Formats: sequence, C-alpha cells, structure tokens
Amino acid sequence: MAKVYLQTPLTIEDVINLHAGDEVFLNGIIYVARDAAHKRFLELLDKNQPLPVNLKNHIIFYAGPTPPKPGQVIGSIAPTTASRMDPYAPAMFEYGVKGVIGKGPRGQSVKDACKDHQAICFSAVGGLSALLSDKIQSAEVVAYEDLGPEAIRQLIVKDFPVMVVYDAHGNDLYEQEIAKYRSTEKVIGHI
Amino acid sequence: MRKISVEQIRDAVSVLCWEACYYLPDDIVNGFHKALETEQSPLGKSILEQLIENANLAAKEDRPYCHDTGLTVVYAEVGQEVHIEGGDFEAAIHEGIRKGYKEGYLRNSVVGDPLLRINTNDNTPGVIHTRIVPGDKIKLTVLPKGGGSENMSAMKFLLPGEGVAGVKKFVLDTIEAAGGRACPPIVVGVGVGGTFDKVTEIAKEAVLREIGVHHHEPHIAQLEKELLEEINKLGIGPQGLGGTNTALWVAAETYGCHITALPVAVNIQCHAARKKSYVL
Repeated sequence: MAKVYLQTPLTIEDVINLHAGDEVFLNGIIYVARDAAHKRFLELLDKNQPLPVNLKNHIIFYAGPTPPKPGQVIGSIAPTTASRMDPYAPAMFEYGVKGVIGKGPRGQSVKDACKDHQAICFSAVGGLSALLSDKIQSAEVVAYEDLGPEAIRQLIVKDFPVMVVYDAHGNDLYEQEIAKYRSTEKVIGHI
Repeated sequence: MRKISVEQIRDAVSVLCWEACYYLPDDIVNGFHKALETEQSPLGKSILEQLIENANLAAKEDRPYCHDTGLTVVYAEVGQEVHIEGGDFEAAIHEGIRKGYKEGYLRNSVVGDPLLRINTNDNTPGVIHTRIVPGDKIKLTVLPKGGGSENMSAMKFLLPGEGVAGVKKFVLDTIEAAGGRACPPIVVGVGVGGTFDKVTEIAKEAVLREIGVHHHEPHIAQLEKELLEEINKLGIGPQGLGGTNTALWVAAETYGCHITALPVAVNIQCHAARKKSYVL
C-alpha cells in the first residue's frame, strides 16, 4: 500500500502501477460529473457522437458542490455514492476515462470493466466536504450548465487525497478490509 | 391565544437550515471521538480523525460540513393555544427553506417532478411533519436529509411470529446491503409497528434522538444495544473500508400495530447527522 503523487491525465503506466489500498494525491485537472450528466454522456456515446468535454485519460469525480460563498473557489464538495453510476461506468471506461472518484462499493460489472479497460475506481471520504474543497485551486463550469449542481465542472486540484479501491488487476479494497474486521458468525442473506 | 406570525416561522426555518448544515451536533462529534477510542482499523481511525477535523473546520468557518445539504425535513410541533397569523403556515416553511438555502449558500438538491427531474433551484419542496401539541409555543426542527443514506433505507412487513429475531435480521440485512454506500459511521433509526406510513415516520423520528440516549422501555433499549453490537460486528467500518465502528448509535421507536402485522423500517442516517431545533 504505497503513497503516490500523480499528475492528471493518467497514463496506462500510472494505472497499471496502482494497487488497491494505495493512497494517492492527485494533481492537475479532474472533471466533476454525476447522475444527470452521465445519462447524457451515454446517449451521446450510443449515437457515436462526441462528449461535450474530452474525457479520454481523465478522471471523473462523482460530485455536486454547494455554491461558493463570496471569495471562495468552490463551496463544500465530496464524492457522492459511486454505485449510482454503475450503469454508466463500463461504457465510460471503454470510451477512455481512466479513473473515477466516488464513495462506497460498486457492482461486479464495474470491477470487471476496470480490468478490461485498465481503469481505476478511487474513493474519497464521503461528506469530508469542507476539508476537500480546500484542495481545489480552481473550478469552472464547462458544460451542461442547465444542470445546476449537476453541471460538468473542470477542477484543478492540488494533492487531492483519494484511495484506490478497485484497481486494474481485479483487487477489491472493500472486500479485503471488511473481511479483516468482520466478527459475526451469522450468515446474513442480502435483501 | 398567543400570536405567532408566518414571518417568524419563515425566519426561524431559514436560520435552522444553515445552522444545521454548518454545525454538526455535539452528540455526533462526541460519537466520532468515542468511536476513535475503540476503532481497530488504522484506515478507519484515519477516516474518523478526518471527520472530526472536517466538523471543526466547517463550524469554525461557517461552511457546510457536507456538500449534500439534503432534502429539508421540517418537524413542527404546534401548540394548540397558538394562533398563526399573516399567511399560510406551510408556505412559510417552504419560504424559510428557500431563504435559508440561498442565504446560507447551501446546495439545491431537489427536483420538482421525480420523473422529469428539473432542479427547482431553491431546495423546495421540503417535507413537513406537523403535530398539534398542548401549549402556546411552536417547536421547529430541521433535519437536512442527505440522499446517499436515505436511498439505502428500507421497510418490510414481517410476520407477527418473526418477533425480535425477525426485526434484527431485517435491520442487519439492510445495513449489510448498504455497506459503504450509506456513508458510515451511521446512525440507525428503527421503526417497529404502526402502519405502512407510520413505521417509516417513527424510524425517521428515531434518527433525531440524541445519541447516547436509549428508549425508555427496557426491552426496546435492549434491542438497541444488541443491534448496535451486531451491526458493528459486520466489519463494514467507517466509509465501508473495514472496521469496528459501522454505526455510532441505534435508536428504535415503536407504535401499536394490527394483529396481522409486524412492520419494520430502517432509516439510515449518514455521519452528517444534522439536526437543529428552535422554539418560538
């Protein structure tokens, strides 16, 4: 479990060298997009049309900030629940997105897509919104302004703290870590 | 009869909205400190430390603790000796939300039509629960409810014979299925009894109870204690990245129910467990 400083966009080598549990500090451009923007992305990809922003080799941050107060670069911001983007992530990785930042575990199709298309799922701490906004140096709405808090934003970040939760080698940090601390004998069926 | 104007109600709701979002309640921050003492996972400890730092920073600089400033749930306990004057009571609450979210720089997280999904850009409508109570005051409580944890909440009708074991299994299954998606460490509100609507209402009211305070009925307090222990054995931990503190607290509320039924509801509250009250 290494400590890694990375410049975005990511290269294939960056991706291959990352492993579940690595603590990563991102520097450079990342893009903010969530549910409503992803729905539009998929409609465009289905029609073989270009996305409003070139996201190839880039990282998407699943988030929606609060409005900035006067003098602030951005309001509070932290990742939203990543699994809501599960229906979109495999197609986005196939298109060329190299990493996504969210919170919480994801489905098998996303884990497989990380392996198939050499991409990374990062987690940032959900709700750590005041602290994380201080890692952002600039923020600009670059597309889908009509979506308000769900618009696509380009951020420039400095030492933005994330963790690799699913790597391109099939490792799953959630499973690994939960297994260490689970002490219940009872087998609980999923609802 | 004591007179309270709709402007007073609007202004109180407005201030409660941003105060709730900036200043995490003491019982929750104390809960983080307590969890830190027992947490076994180094990563879990680090996350808890960051949450404490985030709460301190947000409070110090008057900024939202979490970017998801929620759908605004407002509880109004209206004294029956109060005369509300100057306009429409519910409209005043919605107007207070509108004002509070704008003036407090909070995120507008509400779409007007659930299928057309156009943001209302003022965080209305809120959800209002009104009770008429004895007295000549109005108590207003604002609960900004984030989407991530609310989405993982669940309700089920059990068979009456399934009893305590059935309730526990349903709660544990719900927490297990939610995992890191609900933004643990969580507060778990459990409702048992009532009807389809009542059981979810009391599960959400349970979330408002100060953590550290058990139900007054010993057998329900026992259920809360056992559930907390069993949830924390699941290993989910802070942010679902493993650990021994998945839940900070479990609060259960009960209500009488039909002889055929044992309804149970689980309302999950993420670590941004915000709540703020004011009495007019």
